Amino acid sequence: MSSEQQQLRRESALERRAAREAQLIASDQKRQKARALRPNDFPGGVYPPENKHQSTGEPIGSIPLAEQLVVPLLQHTGSTAIPLVKLGETVLKGQKIAEADGLISCSLHAPTSGKVVAIEPAAVPHPSGLPADCITIDADGEDRWCELQPCEDFRRFTPVELLEKIRDCGISGMGGAGFPTAVKLDPHGGVEIDTLIINGTECEPYITADDMLMRERAEEIIAGVEIISYILDEPERVLIGIEDNKPEAIAAMRAAAEGTRFDIVVFPTKYPSGGEKQLIQILTGREVPNKGLPANVGIVCQNVGTARAVYRAVRFGEPLISRVTTVVGKALERQRNIEVPIGTPIKHILKAHGAHRGLMQKVIIGGPMMGYTIDDTSAPVIKTTNCLLVPTVEELPPAPPAQACIRCGFCAEACPASLLPQQLYWYARADDHEKLQAYNLFDCIECGCCSYVCPSSIPLVQYYRAAKGDIRTAEQEKEKADRARERFEFRKLRMERAEKEKQAKREARRKAAELARRQREESGGAEAEAAQKEADLVAAALARVKAKQASPEQQLARAQRSLTSAEGRVERLQQKLEAAEEKQRDQLAAQLKAAELKLQEARQKLAEAERQAETAAEAGRESTPGQDDPQARAQSAIEKAKAAAAARAAMSPAEKLAGEIDALKARVEKARARLEKACSAGDANVEAFEKALQNLQQKLEAKLREQKQAGEEKQ
Amino acid sequence: MLDWFSEISTPLLILGGMALAFGALLGFAAVRFKVEGDPLVEQVDALLPQTQCGQCGYPGCRPYAEAIVHGEKINKCPPGGQSTINALANLLDVEPMPLDAEHGEEKETKMVAFIREAECIGCTKCIQACPVDAIVGAAKYMHTVISDECTGCDLCVEPCPVDCIEMVPLETPLQGWHPEKPPEGIELIASDRRQLSKRSAA
Repeated sequence: MSSEQQQLRRESALERRAAREAQLIASDQKRQKARALRPNDFPGGVYPPENKHQSTGEPIGSIPLAEQLVVPLLQHTGSTAIPLVKLGETVLKGQKIAEADGLISCSLHAPTSGKVVAIEPAAVPHPSGLPADCITIDADGEDRWCELQPCEDFRRFTPVELLEKIRDCGISGMGGAGFPTAVKLDPHGGVEIDTLIINGTECEPYITADDMLMRERAEEIIAGVEIISYILDEPERVLIGIEDNKPEAIAAMRAAAEGTRFDIVVFPTKYPSGGEKQLIQILTGREVPNKGLPANVGIVCQNVGTARAVYRAVRFGEPLISRVTTVVGKALERQRNIEVPIGTPIKHILKAHGAHRGLMQKVIIGGPMMGYTIDDTSAPVIKTTNCLLVPTVEELPPAPPAQACIRCGFCAEACPASLLPQQLYWYARADDHEKLQAYNLFDCIECGCCSYVCPSSIPLVQYYRAAKGDIRTAEQEKEKADRARERFEFRKLRMERAEKEKQAKREARRKAAELARRQREESGGAEAEAAQKEADLVAAALARVKAKQASPEQQLARAQRSLTSAEGRVERLQQKLEAAEEKQRDQLAAQLKAAELKLQEARQKLAEAERQAETAAEAGRESTPGQDDPQARAQSAIEKAKAAAAARAAMSPAEKLAGEIDALKARVEKARARLEKACSAGDANVEAFEKALQNLQQKLEAKLREQKQAGEEKQ
Repeated sequence: MLDWFSEISTPLLILGGMALAFGALLGFAAVRFKVEGDPLVEQVDALLPQTQCGQCGYPGCRPYAEAIVHGEKINKCPPGGQSTINALANLLDVEPMPLDAEHGEEKETKMVAFIREAECIGCTKCIQACPVDAIVGAAKYMHTVISDECTGCDLCVEPCPVDCIEMVPLETPLQGWHPEKPPEGIELIASDRRQLSKRSAA
């Protein structure tokens, strides 16, 4: 055997062994993969009628552009966006019209070209029915795009740049909650993401938006998944979960995912397998911890719609300004999915689909399990609106009245979060917040399974939502109260400190004066004499003041005296004036005027003195032996105030009104006096005082009118 | 005689020694781990709404909490309303009572002070009246209310010389909204109802 032959044989053996090893590895990987891909199950769940066929008959359509588009400033989880445009400004399609406020927020873009005609509260799709701030754009019909920045190869950018792009395009989760996508895709403080899950489950009845999207735009979705996977630093596994009731979508997605490393996982249909936590459990067997995020178990979950929006944002630079929405319900002539600009009023969509006024009983945003009804159909479609359900009464009859809980336990069997809905129900009714939290109320995903199976048709989820809200509000109030307490205590401390400082200063001054006095005393008798003189003077002045502050009776008498003298003087002067010559007249007239003024003053003083005497007399009558004791006085004041308050509480509305009027009158008087004083003193704030007086007068007039009306009504 | 004495003296000595030792230990613990302030006052204070409005007749929530601990009635806090009274009753193990109307009524909506800034003359009177330092401004400069910190206590309205402060209802943002509890429904199952009607007929 030649050496060449030996060489060849050895090489072929090596090759064979390598091939065999490769085969082994491949089969092992396949086995592992098969094990990993076998879907798990989650506890509970229900099987409501799917009702998906109605809206899958037609391809995704579109409707003519509405004349006016309303873009709410809050379409996502987080804080409200800040408008960037002004009233009357012309905007182009895709132009940014509102900026994200903080990290957990989303920017907004004009869904069409036109003019901004309003930035004010308007109807929005929200269960509260409360209006919220919106930017209204009058479409000019041209639908002219602003300049976009497309990108052929996203791998030229770093993940951080791509995240910036996604944030800039205002993309938020399109499955339901609307959490800003850029935040979700951001590396979570060093947590390693080993699995990316793309949610194509769409388990809620009636909704087919994701289904149709997967059928028709599978390539775009897969391209979006590639970008997301790149941003997350290529996680080990990328799983696309789809329920087995969407065979066309599964086929389309499989075809699109050919040649990629993404796995399409199909699992049996059950509600609510589309819930994030449930889907994670199905696909990986991991459970998201209490109060935790999927990132805590190394998972990020995104909706298929979001993946597509990411692709369009990165590839074409298109912001999120339209979405696919299911329009379904027997009250409509045409049921299908449409791609509709965000901000399109719902009534415009209903009109385009022939909503039957007589059959239409309500409009539900979302599906029958988790959706909510809206009253005002002028509300627009927003980033999270995946379905408009317009059922007839037969299709979705109103819930029968709730009956007593019979403790059957069906709800606990149906709960996908393994909670005890019955216990939660009792505690929610009793407002027992501690127990509710002990029974993990906040793990409830509000899927509605418990209400669905309840034989007594108790609206359980509504109790949980209300209880969750109550607990959150209570927590916020507690936080605020704690802050208020802190601020109050700090203020008290500050004031005490200021008081102490003042006292210290006073003490220092007193000491200095003492020192100076002593020095003076030491320095000589002359100065001491002067000081003595000064002291005498002060004493004399004090005595005079004291004399002036004589008893009310004395004051009264003095006032009377001065009045009579003033009167006499005026009379005398008048007589003189009549008798006087022309020449002296002016002088006398002036004197007379002065005398008259004095007389007036004297009269005022008299009146005051009389009043004082009266009050003093009254006080004398009321006073008790211990009146000088300040505590007793305070006590009596408190008693009085209490009596007044009690009287106020016991008063009828009319009396209360009268009381308010009296109080207002007093305030008007006070304001007037203040104004006069300010006028005479030439104060700079005269105008402000005048306005205040006017305001008060207006208030008083309003109250008087009210009183009059009440009086008339009584008659 | 001696036997008897020695028999009883040993346990006496041991027990006495133990008593002294534990006494010393407890005394040391009482000094070393002394609790500052009255913990019950803290607990009561934590339940009060901290509006610091003085409607209860005390100069702030903490003084009222102290008064409650010393036997004052628990129904004098209108901003807290019935829920606070219930929580206090629960804490102090007394019967809950209705709110004392003498001190005011429970308001339906939360209010915050609002200064019409164009009319403000910058007198600083409201700043001095605010118990939680929620008004900013300086002499002869416009003042404004930090609405996040305002407790809605009303104390700044009266001192204003130009009447430019008003109380406005606090706006609830969309994020803060939550649904109400469903109205109380039918509480009896059919068989109970039948029994009840039978009983009432009898």
